[in-house]
Amino acid sequence: MTTAESAGTQESTVDTLVSIQDLKVHFPIKRGVVLDRTVGYVYAVDGVTLEVKRGETYGLVGESGCGKTTLGRGLLRLVEPTSGHAWFEDVDLATLKGERLRKMRRRMQMVFQDPLSSLDPRQSVESILVEGMRAHDLDKSKESTRRRLLELLDAVGLPSTSLRKYPHEFSGGQRQRIGIARALTVEPDLIVADEPVSALDVSVQAQVINLLEDLQNEFGLTYLVIAHDLAVVRHISDRVGVMYLGGLVEEATSDALYAEPLHPYTRALLSAVPVPDPEVEDARERILLAGDLPSPANPPTGCRFHTRCPWKQEELCDTDRPELREFRPGHRVACHYAEDILAGRIQPHEVRAELVEEHGISPDMPLVGPASVTEVLE
Amino acid sequence: MALLEVRDLSVVFQRKGEKPFTAVDGVSFDVDPGQTVGLVGESGCGKSVTSLAIMGLLPRRGNRVGGTATFEGTNLLSLSDNQMRERRGRDLGMVFQDPLSSLNPVISIGLQVTEVLQRHRGMKGDAAKRKAAELLDKVGIPDPTRRLSEYPHQLSGGMRQRALIAIALACAPRLLIADEPTTALDVTIQAQILSLLKELVTDTGTALVMITHDLGVVAGLCDEVNVLYGGKIVERAERHALFNHARHPYTHGLLGSIPRLDAPKGEKLVPIKGSVSDNIPWDNGCAFAPRCPNAIDDCRQTMPVLETDGPGQLRCHNPVELADAVREGAR
Ligand SMILES: Nc1ncnc2c1ncn2[C@@H]1O[C@H](COP(=O)(O)OP(=O)(O)OP(=O)(O)O)[C@@H](O)[C@H]1O
Ligand SMILES: Nc1ncnc2c1ncn2[C@@H]1O[C@H](COP(=O)(O)OP(=O)(O)O)[C@@H](O)[C@H]1O
Ligand code: SF4
Ligand code: SF4
Ligand SMILES: [Mg+2]
Ligand SMILES: [Mg+2]
Repeated sequence: MTTAESAGTQESTVDTLVSIQDLKVHFPIKRGVVLDRTVGYVYAVDGVTLEVKRGETYGLVGESGCGKTTLGRGLLRLVEPTSGHAWFEDVDLATLKGERLRKMRRRMQMVFQDPLSSLDPRQSVESILVEGMRAHDLDKSKESTRRRLLELLDAVGLPSTSLRKYPHEFSGGQRQRIGIARALTVEPDLIVADEPVSALDVSVQAQVINLLEDLQNEFGLTYLVIAHDLAVVRHISDRVGVMYLGGLVEEATSDALYAEPLHPYTRALLSAVPVPDPEVEDARERILLAGDLPSPANPPTGCRFHTRCPWKQEELCDTDRPELREFRPGHRVACHYAEDILAGRIQPHEVRAELVEEHGISPDMPLVGPASVTEVLE
Repeated sequence: MALLEVRDLSVVFQRKGEKPFTAVDGVSFDVDPGQTVGLVGESGCGKSVTSLAIMGLLPRRGNRVGGTATFEGTNLLSLSDNQMRERRGRDLGMVFQDPLSSLNPVISIGLQVTEVLQRHRGMKGDAAKRKAAELLDKVGIPDPTRRLSEYPHQLSGGMRQRALIAIALACAPRLLIADEPTTALDVTIQAQILSLLKELVTDTGTALVMITHDLGVVAGLCDEVNVLYGGKIVERAERHALFNHARHPYTHGLLGSIPRLDAPKGEKLVPIKGSVSDNIPWDNGCAFAPRCPNAIDDCRQTMPVLETDGPGQLRCHNPVELADAVREGAR
């Protein structure tokens, strides 16, 4: 599909590669002996709007279960969004089907957390790499394919002898290099990397982070990097979006987010990340959050963070969901009281931890079928 | 004499038909009451095996444990399984990375705590129950009385880890070994658990052995840090010294590899090349030599020994020069 064909479907500035608009992904919770009743929904992604610019690295952070992976998968249509839109250049991905969707997928590749489980153990590296090229007719001649593979191996720092080997013969870091090379074979514009380094040892993690940076420069890639490690995200991202319970609560350039976090959750998150420096650790003040993340099946009313927010106010917080609004150019925040908090007009107070029921189902309720809700869901 | 003195601890795994594998190789360290000692290193360097060996929790077959681990005058490694079980309930507590696997899935949280109280502190009935609720409350579990009747799978990861700490606290241990206690948890929950452990050490004088791969956690928590590589301690230092001027090329490399939250964007990381699979055996020289930027001929011929270096200790033929080792904090 050419851009001309679909021109007019959305106004977009030249430098926006991906635009996500009010995207929602809700998963039904099934119950009953044959799982035929829907007793509720997991609001995994619940209204996210963001743009990724061509050539940038957009980092998505947030705690486990806040919907990062689901957002990435919803964007690539690896899971069907419940509502909302995602544009890639001028193409509304929601309208694509079959062959056109498949063609579009070439331009958006995914790199996964666990390279071993995402690489077929029975395939040699060569056949893993050629697979995608073949699917998209990039496997023109034996000669040119081979040249391309060797180029890619070199780019990701693997010896050419790797082609004949199998995934289990490599270390974790090397496998992640294979996963990255596989994504690159089809010459994508966008790479969605879901926790690309979190399974790796720090020394190897640093190699892969540097590699991702080098490849971006070399091939002009755009990255959507999903990670729970804020230090990693800050390091590699130009802009960062912070997610909490299915929604974006703050978005800013990496430096601005660190220099002046506006949302109470971002503040708590930043203050919780350990820094390998005793002087910093001894001097810093922590904002300790009480309790657990509420269940995305039963998100709190109003501001989703209000059950844990040390700045929560009597008014608005538990009744109105704050919109993600532009606080200043390039810095968006979803908090009713961001101005007052920044100016110190309202002060944090103690929060008592609330009981969090797993997926909103009281533990006292007898479970039908498998013991864990997540099992049923998957 | 320290509360726990580990001397020349070694663990060799030997499976039929396989070459013996030395997971822990001559490890020695001391822990005093009220002190937090860190064991850090990347995966596979022998951290968990060290703690399991001290606690007598290694599988009974297929390994050989050498050296001593003296706790208040008794060598734990010479105790029978029964004696060791008794000790683990009373003086020694342990918290693991995966709380689910160390909690009994079919016994309620309450019963698991009261059991310890009954067995090791002679408490009975309601008194034990009240104390159990008090402990759950202390570790920050909301609505503790109700939580007593719940089962491990009904709790979140953070709550399970708290329950496990409550169980460890129930016996008021004098030594607590925590093996990656926060690795599986979110960072805001990690902050809660770490502050809990810190409080425990200051309030009760419990000695803590903190095992982690996260140098950030170490920086905030440990008094003294032992860096492990390939089953051996390669550097030992007081935490400020370690972070301000790590002299071992491995420690130095680790610090250069970690993205820091407070470092300006655009600062390149300096990774260590290769991976653990490149190691050479210690008896042929320094295991780190194939990855080490400082390696000299000696490194591939003679094994470096752990030697005193200022206030700390160092196992290296060609350490990072003090002047280069000083890290200008990125602040
Ligand atoms: N296929 C599915 N069916 C039902 N629920 C799902 C499914 N996939 C994810 N969820 C739920 O949606 C929520 C968001 O999950 P998601 O995997 O996007 O989180 P995440 O932010 O990537 O977390 P992590 O950091 O643990 O990877 C979670 O509560 C999860 O249990
Ligand atoms: N039961 C076992 N049998 C054989 N090898 C083991 C066993 N347990 C651990 N090992 C090996 O010992 C080494 C150290 O392991 P461990 O202490 O778990 O590392 P870590 O530092 O990550 O905690 C690893 O190479 C591991 O594979
Ligand atoms: S809207 Fe209210 S509860 Fe939400 S983050 Fe802001 S102050 Fe806290
Ligand atoms: S002994 Fe040699 S190889 Fe080992 S860390 Fe020191 S300089 Fe490097
Ligand atoms: Mg995920
Ligand atoms: Mg371990």
